Amino acid sequence: MSLQHIAPKLTPEQYERNFADISPRMTQQQALVEATRCLYCFDAPCTQACPTHIDVPAFIKKIFTGNLRGSARVILSANILGESCGRVCPTEELCEGACVMHERGEKPIEIGRLQRHAVDYVLDRNIALFRAGASNGKLVACVGAGPASLASAAELAQRGYDVTIFDKNELAGGLGTYGIAAYKTRAKDSLREVEYVRQLGVKFRQETAVGRDFPFADLEKQFDAIFIGVGLGDTSALRLPGEELRGVYGALEFIAQTKSKPLHEVEIGRRVACIGAGNTAIDVVTAARRLGAETVYLIYRRSEREMSAFPYEYDLAKKDGVVFLWQTQPVRIVGQDSAVAGLECRRTRLGAPHARGKREPEVIPGSEFTLEVDMVVRAVGQKPATDFLRAVAGLELRANGTVVTNELHQTGHPKYFAAGDCANGGKEVVDAVAEGMAAARGIDSWLGQPRGLSPRQA
Amino acid sequence: MADLRVKFCGLESPNPFWLASGPPTNTAEQVMRAFDAGWGGAVWKTIGEPIVNVSSRYGAMDYNGAKVIGFNNIELISDRPIEDNFREIAAVKKHYPKNLVIASLMVETKRETWHDFVRRAEDAGSDALELNFGCPHGMSERGMGAAVGQVPDYTEMITSWVKEAARTPVIVKLTPNVTDISRIAEAAERGGADAVSLINTINSLMGVDLETFAPRPIVAGKSSHGGYCGPAVRPIALHLVSSVAKKVRIPVCGIGGIGNWSDAAEHIACGASTVQVCTAAMHYGFRIVEDMADGLAQYMDGHGYRTIGDFRGRALPNVMDWGDLDLNYKIIADINRELCIGCQLCYIACEDGAHQCIEPYNVAGNGKHNANGKGVHVPRIMNDECVGCNLCALVCPVENCITMKQVDNGLPPMSWKDRAKQLGAAGECAPPTAGASR
Repeated sequence: MSLQHIAPKLTPEQYERNFADISPRMTQQQALVEATRCLYCFDAPCTQACPTHIDVPAFIKKIFTGNLRGSARVILSANILGESCGRVCPTEELCEGACVMHERGEKPIEIGRLQRHAVDYVLDRNIALFRAGASNGKLVACVGAGPASLASAAELAQRGYDVTIFDKNELAGGLGTYGIAAYKTRAKDSLREVEYVRQLGVKFRQETAVGRDFPFADLEKQFDAIFIGVGLGDTSALRLPGEELRGVYGALEFIAQTKSKPLHEVEIGRRVACIGAGNTAIDVVTAARRLGAETVYLIYRRSEREMSAFPYEYDLAKKDGVVFLWQTQPVRIVGQDSAVAGLECRRTRLGAPHARGKREPEVIPGSEFTLEVDMVVRAVGQKPATDFLRAVAGLELRANGTVVTNELHQTGHPKYFAAGDCANGGKEVVDAVAEGMAAARGIDSWLGQPRGLSPRQA
Repeated sequence: MADLRVKFCGLESPNPFWLASGPPTNTAEQVMRAFDAGWGGAVWKTIGEPIVNVSSRYGAMDYNGAKVIGFNNIELISDRPIEDNFREIAAVKKHYPKNLVIASLMVETKRETWHDFVRRAEDAGSDALELNFGCPHGMSERGMGAAVGQVPDYTEMITSWVKEAARTPVIVKLTPNVTDISRIAEAAERGGADAVSLINTINSLMGVDLETFAPRPIVAGKSSHGGYCGPAVRPIALHLVSSVAKKVRIPVCGIGGIGNWSDAAEHIACGASTVQVCTAAMHYGFRIVEDMADGLAQYMDGHGYRTIGDFRGRALPNVMDWGDLDLNYKIIADINRELCIGCQLCYIACEDGAHQCIEPYNVAGNGKHNANGKGVHVPRIMNDECVGCNLCALVCPVENCITMKQVDNGLPPMSWKDRAKQLGAAGECAPPTAGASR
């Protein structure tokens, strides 16, 4: 039961080097120098660009004055997952992209790394900056233990709710624990944040799939409100012949291995093809190269111009020596002894743009060629968690399978609220956090306790 | 080509840059290295009855990542035997006859003692004498240093004693820790001083360790007030140098916050004939003098000044009483939209800290976009409201983005004094004239 050709194992030092933190911690001195550069803008564009609206100049000023606890409080009160967001946010697209330093012809302030510096200070020392609010006797269940649920649960706990998180995985944290490239964040980093939420009194019931292990009827009976933060489902299928062969993986399934077991135990082919050109595809191809794959192809049926990966992510893959095959459409996975042996592709040409503006590829007849590969990874997006969502009575779903909610993040069933990828169709961690917090406020106002501001500091 | 040589009380210095009396001039070995680096003169670390020092002795203030923008010390005068100092002065003069060596002296308030030290210093070959009437710590409690320099009569008396014995020029070093330094300068002049040097260090406590509540610089958990100097004191020094230069007829040697050629040039423009440097040399070493000399020469060449005298004191006529300034001169701020980076620091400074004359960015109006397509929030000056205070231009982090532009209001120049005259002899709240308090 193995791949056709397995890449040679690396030395422990090579694994460590290849998966070392891509954006290492700052020393206190580095953080001070960087914090000093911040102009402390008024009505700052970085804050506006952040989906959670962290008061960036305020937290940087506090780093500068040596008030790291206060700095972390500013960050975490706006975004309880401030540490992972500091690591995994596409800051070039958000806060750092809006930094006034661009206009000044200088490098933007390293907001992400400074944010991590401040939050690491309190996480390293296990300093509890927040505490559960006085109990209001109301119970809320959160389904899923990813960023949206964690943010929602943390906010609700501070507002006095008794919160229980139900999650089907062994470990909490959702994609933070299982689904983001290991060189950006390790599972243990995500779990530190889970512990920070747990110390607010939030209860976790792991390996408990709602609907299967815990009936909806019980959930609705026992809890005053239910938050759904289940994210998306499995990676979409390619619907190609040969997809059942050994060596065909879903992107998340592959990345989860790099997060949940020792790197030398992750099986990797000598030659790997990844299909898709989003940010997840970049996580796959970079991980494959770093695990020792000799040749890694990124295969996309459109051109470089249409790829949805951010420029920064694309650069990572280029630096890792990934081979990009643009305008290439896979048509068949070739097997040998029921394992992947090749990928048959055709060239495409790009036609007129479709409804969302991307040019439609058309296969060029007679352009077939076959790549010899040992692994094929599907990174063509995740399916919505339709099976789960359909099981909740009264939930209204859009055509793309996402949950319809109102301004309170309340679904068609008034007791159910939803946020994060299952409602927005798949965005960043920081968006899930922002929406999860907003949903917590929605739940709070629906349950009859409207309050202008959340109780913040312990 | 600019000629940096200066005449000072009849002495010729290769350039106006002298090391001030302090740790850098403690030994012959240091002073000779300094002369090799290009310093024109050195005022020897103050000589007197040897003292015993504490450790630590120095404290510094850092700001915004910049180290040592302010500096203080609780070190005393030379802790070396008097004879060693005089012997080394002689050795330095022998090897560096063209550089000036000035003996700084501080002794007990006895005529004979002063006469004795003056003779020994001059016998050693020092080119001039600097009387340390300024040291604010340690020595003043023993009736020396600032204890002398804070009392015009003592200053005049001791200066006259020194002049009885001195054959070389006598420079009196002034303390800024007084209400009106020019009164002390005038007392020194009455006593016969050939020049004054200023400023000595300013009384200061450098800070407090918030864990132990020990003041800085810490000596076994305690500290004492010390003398403050470094870049942060330059504006104070320029004010005092200019006010003394306006009052006395003898040459002035400028000291205080000088670290480069333009700092020195500002002192010279305020009336200094030569300048003294200590903190910057303590921070970066003697090598800084190379750019001080080079930069000053370049500046002079660029402006057609052949000698230091060509621009010495040129700022003095422009340093006026407030009551003589033109009330009808009007400027307003102008924001360069192209250069603006959208930090809105000008807006919040004006709104909270000044005169509410700037409108913040508003979506309909004055925004633009950066290369990433993100909004850049350009604020707007309300021209009719702007009082021309400068605050926005001062806080703006972009060079030349906010400039102050003159507005022609058609009014002739009018000072407060003119206005007070127009309003009636006394005016509403006319300040007493400088002479009235004498």
